[in-house]
Amino acid sequence: MLLLALILIPLLASIAIFFGAPARLTTIATAAVNLILGVTLAFVPDTVCTLSYEVLANPSIHFSLGIDNMSSVMLILSVIVTFAAALSGTCVEGKEKLWYSSILLIAAGAIGAFISTDLFFFYAFHELALIPTFLMIGILGRGGNERKEIAWKTTIYLALGSIILLAGFLFAGSQLESFAFKDLAAVENHQTAIALLLIIGFGTLVSLFPFHSWAAPAYASAPAPVAMLHAGVLKKFGLYGLLRVGLAIAPEGMQHWLNLLLVLLLCNIIWMGLVTINQKRLDCMLGYSSVMHMGYIFLAIAAAISTGGEIVDPSTGTLTLAASAAMLLMFAHGISIALSFALADRIEAKTGTLEINKLGGLGKTAPKLCFLFGLAIMASIGLPGLANFAGEIMVFFSGFEGWSSEQGLGPVQITTIIAIWGVVMSAVYGLRAFRNIFQGSLMGKSNDSTDISLLEKAPAILLAIVLLAVGLYPNLLLNLLK
Amino acid sequence: MNQSLLLLVLPLLSAIVIHFLLKQKLASVATILGTTSTAVTLAIAFNLLGSTANGATFTWAQVGNFKIDIGLQLDQLSKGMMIVVTGIGLLVHIFSLGYMKDDEAKARYFGNLSLFMFSMTGIVLANNFVMMFIFWELVGLSSYLLIGHWYQKDSAADAAKKAFLSNRVGDFGFLIGILMIWGISGSVFFDKMALAAGTPFLGAAVLLVFCGAICKSAQLPLHVWLPDAMEGPTPVSALIHAATMVAAGVYMMARFFFSIGFDTVPECSANVIAWIGGITSLLAAFMATQQDDIKKILAYSTISQLGYMIMAVGLVNPNAGMFHLYTHAWFKALLFLGSGAVIYACHHEQNIWKMGGLLKRMPITGFTFFVGTLCLTAVPGTSGFFSKEGILHATHGTPLFFIAVGVAALTTFYMFRLFFIIFLGNAQNEHAEHAKEVPLIMSLPLLVLGLMALASPWLSSLIPTVNDFTPDTAIHFNGVTFASIGAFAIGLIGAIVLYKDKTSDPLSDNKVMKVFRNKFYFDETYAKLVKVGQDVLAAIVHFLDEFIINGLLVGGLIRIAQGTGKFFTTKMQSGSLSNYAYLFGAGILLIIYIITFL
Repeated sequence: MLLLALILIPLLASIAIFFGAPARLTTIATAAVNLILGVTLAFVPDTVCTLSYEVLANPSIHFSLGIDNMSSVMLILSVIVTFAAALSGTCVEGKEKLWYSSILLIAAGAIGAFISTDLFFFYAFHELALIPTFLMIGILGRGGNERKEIAWKTTIYLALGSIILLAGFLFAGSQLESFAFKDLAAVENHQTAIALLLIIGFGTLVSLFPFHSWAAPAYASAPAPVAMLHAGVLKKFGLYGLLRVGLAIAPEGMQHWLNLLLVLLLCNIIWMGLVTINQKRLDCMLGYSSVMHMGYIFLAIAAAISTGGEIVDPSTGTLTLAASAAMLLMFAHGISIALSFALADRIEAKTGTLEINKLGGLGKTAPKLCFLFGLAIMASIGLPGLANFAGEIMVFFSGFEGWSSEQGLGPVQITTIIAIWGVVMSAVYGLRAFRNIFQGSLMGKSNDSTDISLLEKAPAILLAIVLLAVGLYPNLLLNLLK
Repeated sequence: MNQSLLLLVLPLLSAIVIHFLLKQKLASVATILGTTSTAVTLAIAFNLLGSTANGATFTWAQVGNFKIDIGLQLDQLSKGMMIVVTGIGLLVHIFSLGYMKDDEAKARYFGNLSLFMFSMTGIVLANNFVMMFIFWELVGLSSYLLIGHWYQKDSAADAAKKAFLSNRVGDFGFLIGILMIWGISGSVFFDKMALAAGTPFLGAAVLLVFCGAICKSAQLPLHVWLPDAMEGPTPVSALIHAATMVAAGVYMMARFFFSIGFDTVPECSANVIAWIGGITSLLAAFMATQQDDIKKILAYSTISQLGYMIMAVGLVNPNAGMFHLYTHAWFKALLFLGSGAVIYACHHEQNIWKMGGLLKRMPITGFTFFVGTLCLTAVPGTSGFFSKEGILHATHGTPLFFIAVGVAALTTFYMFRLFFIIFLGNAQNEHAEHAKEVPLIMSLPLLVLGLMALASPWLSSLIPTVNDFTPDTAIHFNGVTFASIGAFAIGLIGAIVLYKDKTSDPLSDNKVMKVFRNKFYFDETYAKLVKVGQDVLAAIVHFLDEFIINGLLVGGLIRIAQGTGKFFTTKMQSGSLSNYAYLFGAGILLIIYIITFL
């Protein structure tokens, strides 16, 4: 029942807000309760309970929840980012109801998706979370009338991705005895077609090249909490799905498309990396950078595919290097991008702009903001000691796993080598932004801006501590994945 | 707790306490804390010299059989290097107490120094490549933070960024090299890395790992960051950008070659390394002859000397390289701190032509600087002479010998040019006129370093070498020695003839000298390359991304979707949810149909 509570609490709270409960307070309290509950459930193995109701007998669909090694990591990510998102951003006046209930609905959907152990509800919860995302971008988004068009485009795009994904599921569904995760097994027919549908479907949701165009504009025009929740948490649905579902039902099909996936993920890293370098606004830069960094997680998935598609090592019974690397990097990226969006929002609030060239010297007037943003940037460019590095280096190692020098470099190794150049590109745009915004001589409104207050700092500090904790000692998270 | 672990923990704790608890409010406590923790680590490092203690180990990340450890390796190489790092570290801390006395971000400075001590210790003690890479990046961070200490100056902020990015470029290769070595040998641990000669990909892997040394040790073509890094406070330049961090590349290569086995190193890779070192040392020496900024001269000199060490490494004689690293660390730190004292006394004037006559006004600084100059120019009997002999012997019989001798002559030339201009002659401006000897807290480290610069070859238990090595501290009379002494004489005569009692550069109109002065136009070329290869390319890719993928592909899809929507609303007068759901389902069926049967 505790598992159900994780979903029900935010759901009920958002309904309560709709009927007049104090919006901000209820949201923060709910997110805090969920944070404590979620982390406890993930870390204390004894409390793990499962829950399963039969919804339909044929096809067999269950509403079943459970926490295992992989979902526990996603659960922790969800509740942490939700809490930080609840505290971030400045609500548009008079729109508190929509603002806060949307945050809770997105959180409920994301948590529901990640603790579902049945394919149908896994999918359905994600769709649930997308609706408030679109509403928030369209109604409360930043930046003029463009936002409506962007919301519309994002909706169509993601819905299309979802439909393709659903097609893949249905296609496989007829060959599956049950939709329960634990029963998922390689289907006999049409693996190639199913794998392609899943790659495109899940891929679109994670902004896999060339299905990425929705992402950066959507994040740039979304209110801060929505950008944090979507880029940080919800987007990981596609990667998590590929790992859990895609590799399970169509391992050979995935193998068939491996080279395609390698090319696409390289485009994510190199092509999108170049696009990111050319960004002139901080929010766009962060949006594109999050598209770029998805390439690394796809690389881990590709490495998993190339070694046979097993994500659990049969000899040790633990998650493989590639799958662990993917999970770790998903977590790290989720936290770091949420931190970046939260702080970008504060920079805009202090200075009135996010044009990188119109800012300068902010470090003098806002040293704490400078420190936290520097930490976020360093995390995203993969500095050791912060979580992203641990994930990235393990991804790279997984690319060379099982390689022996006699056989020469295979496609996965070559992709890994080129992908590592992305580490340089991240540093190029990340440091450029940091240099222009916080260092050098004072420019524009940076002059009379004040440092962030304790309340503004709180969510950022929480996220920063998580990045440091996992970065300094990755086993903290890896032990959960065993 | 294992005392070797304290070497890592103390500076880390010091950094954390200074940054998060003390801050600028308690800056004086911060300075004491940073200095004390370094002093304690020096004591531990001395204590470790005699002991046979093993290093501590703990698992940092583990997945199944894949494991990344934080483990400490204690052998003569790491123990000796720790003495260099903590010893010079302590003297630089003490010097900084005076030099940074009035800085408004003193606490941040000392906190970052502690962070550097932590990171550098990690590189030195690492028992595996991943750990070394982790700390490799962290010294990069501390270097970035310290170069950008005065981050409101645009030049300092740019220099910090440039240092970080240049290092990233090298680390790109380094990381691939580590992955390849892991793939080839099955281990990232140095003591399990022994390989057979002729292993496929080993040559490539060696060169890729060497990329790490190219950037960190400022070798051509990635040397451009080091002269710019002189934007940082001068004590930082002494510690990080002369004595320790920039030498980490040499240290890493020595450890790496020893781990895979000297006989295993493929000859052609080794040759590439030796020639990169040789060319770097020559070109950097040329550049040093025409600089006017006291720190820039020393920076190019450092690059040139690092090239020497790399050359020895490439000749698979890492001990010669490490011996030179060791002696160079003391006398170059001395020269840098000496230049710091000069800059301090001249009110932050760095142009050598605005100094002059400082020897009689600053006798301690002048005298110790002279000692450092003698060591660097390898006057027989000084530490630099012995270590340079080792490298000259290593190069003997190869064309690199002539480069090495040429560099020795150039080194003498530019160092005495520097010495004549700033310490002899007459004061060239008011600040130099009124310069006073620095306080004891700054002159004391100079004296200690001066002593170490002279005595270091005889303290053989401190020398960080990979296996049994006894420094040759006798002066032999053979061809190599005569070449070395001849080079010194030529350089000295050149400097006397051209620069004694001059108040401006007599060579400033020379066309060749203009090329040296402009550092062979590396910076300008790179600026253009980055502009075209990165910024213009990025703009083109962004345009294509917007225009083709977003505009045509996606835009087209959206128009189709909108068009279909209009079609249905107008033709079918539909609008109810159930109809849409029906169409939605039909669409899916259509997709399935297409995939199954087409």
